[in-house]
Amino acid sequence: MSSSTTIGHVRHVLSDNPVTLLAATMFAVFVLLALVGPFVVPYDPLASNAARALQPPSAEHWFGTDALGRDIFSRVIVATRLDLSIAFAAVLMSFLIGMPLGLAAGFFGGWWERIVTRAADTVMAFPLFVLAMGIVAALGNTVGNIVLATAIINLPFYIRVARAEANVRRGAGWVEAARLAGNGDARILAVHLFPNALPPAMVQVSLNMGWAILNAAGLSFIGLGVRPPEPEWGILVAEGAQFIVSGEWWVSFFPGAMLMLAVFTFNLLGDALRDIFDPRRRT
Amino acid sequence: MGRVIARRLLAALPNLFGVIVITFLLTRAIPGDPAAYFAGASATQEAVEQVRRQLGLDRPLPEQFLRYVADLARGDLGLSLTTGQPVRQELLARLPASLEVVLLALVLACAIAIPLGVAAATRPGSWIDQLARLVTTAGVSLPTFFTGLLLAYVFYFLLGWAPSPLGRLDPVFSPPPTVTGLYLIDAALAGDRALWWASFKQLVLPVVTMAIFVLAPIARMTRASMLSVLGSDFVRTARASGLSSSTVLVRYALRNALLPVVTTLGMVFGFMIGSSVVIEKVFGWPGVGSYAIDALTASDYAPVQGFVLTMGLLFVLLNLAIDLLYVVIDPRVKIEA
Repeated sequence: MSSSTTIGHVRHVLSDNPVTLLAATMFAVFVLLALVGPFVVPYDPLASNAARALQPPSAEHWFGTDALGRDIFSRVIVATRLDLSIAFAAVLMSFLIGMPLGLAAGFFGGWWERIVTRAADTVMAFPLFVLAMGIVAALGNTVGNIVLATAIINLPFYIRVARAEANVRRGAGWVEAARLAGNGDARILAVHLFPNALPPAMVQVSLNMGWAILNAAGLSFIGLGVRPPEPEWGILVAEGAQFIVSGEWWVSFFPGAMLMLAVFTFNLLGDALRDIFDPRRRT
Repeated sequence: MGRVIARRLLAALPNLFGVIVITFLLTRAIPGDPAAYFAGASATQEAVEQVRRQLGLDRPLPEQFLRYVADLARGDLGLSLTTGQPVRQELLARLPASLEVVLLALVLACAIAIPLGVAAATRPGSWIDQLARLVTTAGVSLPTFFTGLLLAYVFYFLLGWAPSPLGRLDPVFSPPPTVTGLYLIDAALAGDRALWWASFKQLVLPVVTMAIFVLAPIARMTRASMLSVLGSDFVRTARASGLSSSTVLVRYALRNALLPVVTTLGMVFGFMIGSSVVIEKVFGWPGVGSYAIDALTASDYAPVQGFVLTMGLLFVLLNLAIDLLYVVIDPRVKIEA
């Protein structure tokens, strides 16, 4: 596929499905907020003001204030960067480790394939959120370990995708041709097989991003990883949880809604990417 | 059929072994010196060394692993530092509370998702198909703690329909005599109507929260599997033979379409076990998940590791059970062997 037809196809998918266009727009907004969020928010996200504690949403405080009088709107916006960074770092890590492992497993086969698939199966043998909890508990309660745990539980998906792609192509004519042209195994894997495995892996990346955001927020909701007063969506929801029963809904609602929107965006984007890369698997 | 079952049992062994190896590695990965940790903050150097010998931490790693497996075989998961009780006992006491939510949520989710998936598949592109698509995409995007809090706000604070979202039972009631540990069954056995109703009311919100979370994968799978079955030759033949559409749909199509759905239940269980941790925190539910969270907050490692291990083993066994169920309900599996 030449690049001009790719762009044409992308444009076709975008214009054909308004939902996809919406997802792409929301994605752009989230990235923008992550980049400039801290510079544009109206209040300092950490500045408390006891005189204005637990105020409902108003013109001054769009999302209201929390128990310490901090502006929830500012905190929710500023948290975007941390939440997206954790998810992005985790997904990048599983992509960078999982793809080579899976490609090599599918390409070489044999004992190497057995070891890699067995390792992936072992991770999948756990309820993944519980395994992530166990990893963070064992390695220490830090943001770095949240990233690591999320990367580990996502690893099997990349290994499987890459392995399947390499497996069906290792006997293909153009792989043989590349070998006859004097390319070594490593070069065939990196230059010839990797680009072929990229489209399904990108779909996985987008779907994983949403999932990684949920996972990281879930972990910090139960008190792992990010520590208060650092604004992070999971923690913000947890901080407001006790006020739900007394009717101060805004403390939890806005961070929760933002989190949901972010995950929704990446899930829609994943579906759209699938349509672009693999029209046959359209559902 | 016996051979198929034996083969499936054997296939589960590596996973079982893998789960044990990973949890063992996690116990040895505690930051700092585990012996110093278990000896306590004020322990002398000698006391630490003694604990190290007691725990076998001075031994080579393979030997430590064998000891770990031997302890496990005796059901010994260590002691909780905060309560001083054996972890196994505490986990067992709290497991029914978690199971009650998980099982009811599974039933509820299937009861909604399967008809929804079938309706979407029989009329692809219709409004019900669009609705199913919306529900499945939204369902996987919802953080369970957010859904739970939202439901608590609407049904407890605004409408006052649900009881206070804290715990398994309103404090005015005392729990039924323990038979199964599932309050609904125990209360029914005790013949206590008010108690049954009280525990049912407490269950509604956590169960609905969890069901919403797992609706999506079940509905998605039902729809996909139903679509492929409806396009197959035997359904066309059944239709051409003049069978009524409901007979074709339910007796011919749905029964075959449910097979792949059963396989996804394994994955769904994994989701439910994970989300139960978060849901138990939201609703102050005294299950194994909130037990693990409490231990985590207190840096009490044995219960957390016991929890991870128990859930890992439970999950492997559940998947095995689903595999075996598959052998029983799908005659083709027997023929292939």
